[in-house]
Amino acid sequence: MTEPKFYGAGFPYKKFKPKDMPGKLIVLEGTDGVGRSTQIQLLRTWLENEGFAVSDTGLKRSPLTQPGLDAAKLGNTLSPLTMSLFYATDFADRLENQIIPALEAGFYVLSDRYFYSTIARDVVRGANPDWARKLYGFALKPDIVFLLKSDVQTLVKRVVTGRGFDHWESGMDIHCADNLYDSFCIYQGALIEQFAALAKEFNFVEVDATRTPLVVHNDLKRKIRSKILAKS
Amino acid sequence: MEGIDGSGKSTQIDLLTKWLRKQGKPVYFSEWNSSELVKSTTRLGKSEKMFTPTSFSLLQSTDFAHRWENKILPMLKAGVIVLADRYSFTAFARDVARGVDPNWVRELYSFAVMPNLALYFRVPLDVAVKRILSSRAKIKYYEAGMDLGLSDDKKTSFKMFQQLVINQYDKMVDEFGFKVIDGAQSVESQQKEVRSAVQRILEGWEGLVMPLPKGNATPIAQQGGSHD
Repeated sequence: MTEPKFYGAGFPYKKFKPKDMPGKLIVLEGTDGVGRSTQIQLLRTWLENEGFAVSDTGLKRSPLTQPGLDAAKLGNTLSPLTMSLFYATDFADRLENQIIPALEAGFYVLSDRYFYSTIARDVVRGANPDWARKLYGFALKPDIVFLLKSDVQTLVKRVVTGRGFDHWESGMDIHCADNLYDSFCIYQGALIEQFAALAKEFNFVEVDATRTPLVVHNDLKRKIRSKILAKS
Repeated sequence: MEGIDGSGKSTQIDLLTKWLRKQGKPVYFSEWNSSELVKSTTRLGKSEKMFTPTSFSLLQSTDFAHRWENKILPMLKAGVIVLADRYSFTAFARDVARGVDPNWVRELYSFAVMPNLALYFRVPLDVAVKRILSSRAKIKYYEAGMDLGLSDDKKTSFKMFQQLVINQYDKMVDEFGFKVIDGAQSVESQQKEVRSAVQRILEGWEGLVMPLPKGNATPIAQQGGSHD
């Protein structure tokens, strides 16, 4: 990251100087079950082998909001609006207290999703797309964002052989259908559409994630080599 | 009802509530920072001093959004007078005093309606500070704006922070058309002004017809919650 750039006003109470952030921010985006965490692990090992210090982060991992968000998700109190704002709080806390300090210390930060996922989810749940974007005016622009692309049928296969259908990942809170399977297909289909639009708007590097994990990994490695490592 | 800590607005709201209820009008009272949804997170953030201006702002907007959707909006739709001890303007004043972008925080709260009447209790800093310091044993860390690093002394920091908040409120008078009440006047004269302002906006308003309360007026709905 040569000079920190923000989508909006950033953090006006913090002054950043160019070269304040020698680290790199690499984001992996994509819907549920697309294989993001596997790829993050593989990238971490590879980058560490190359001699880089790596830090990773992901949605809902802020120590400030995690207990409260987990509790809220168990009940029926979280609406699309409060969910947007609560997740934005999580993101802000991680950005200021984990991601930025790590970048300042020269780390490669691997982010399992960024705010684009929450925008996609918010908009599918009826949020005003413009409002959802402005909410994240404090967000730092990453060095690169990969979109792991898949189709609903591939996601279904992963979910079936993995952790099973989840209430939130199936969009059951907005009653897409009367059962988890149909709801999952409708909801994830809508998310995939949102991601396609976001990819154009925010210049995501698209990666076909229906291939085996190792093939996807090699593809990511190659792209990081040419787009990030070659330039530092 | 807006104003800094110690501006006397809670006293005024209390008197107004009783006056409206006595007339048989349905009133719902809502307080800043009082929803169950984020209570534990707020407590954690405050006790561990984990907040940044941005995360503090976002969490309070989550709290407000929860009250907005579950209490304020349904009550308004039902034809109830909602009296809010602080509204989005509190966030615009405090969060901007803490350094967040003024437009960003306004956008954040754009899901909520503009109130029919916004009263701003303007009081000289010294008066408010004296009230707070004499009535409460200890000012809390964030109340004093200690997170801004203005001063190592809590009282000094509190004063400096409140001044920054006042500056923001003053800027909003024209922007949002606040009805300014001089908080240095006696309680009775303030209440007189408050009642006549409220009377004006209630002219011709029907709302939800409520039976007159028997004996002591009991609140039709009241939301508990910690003080801001």
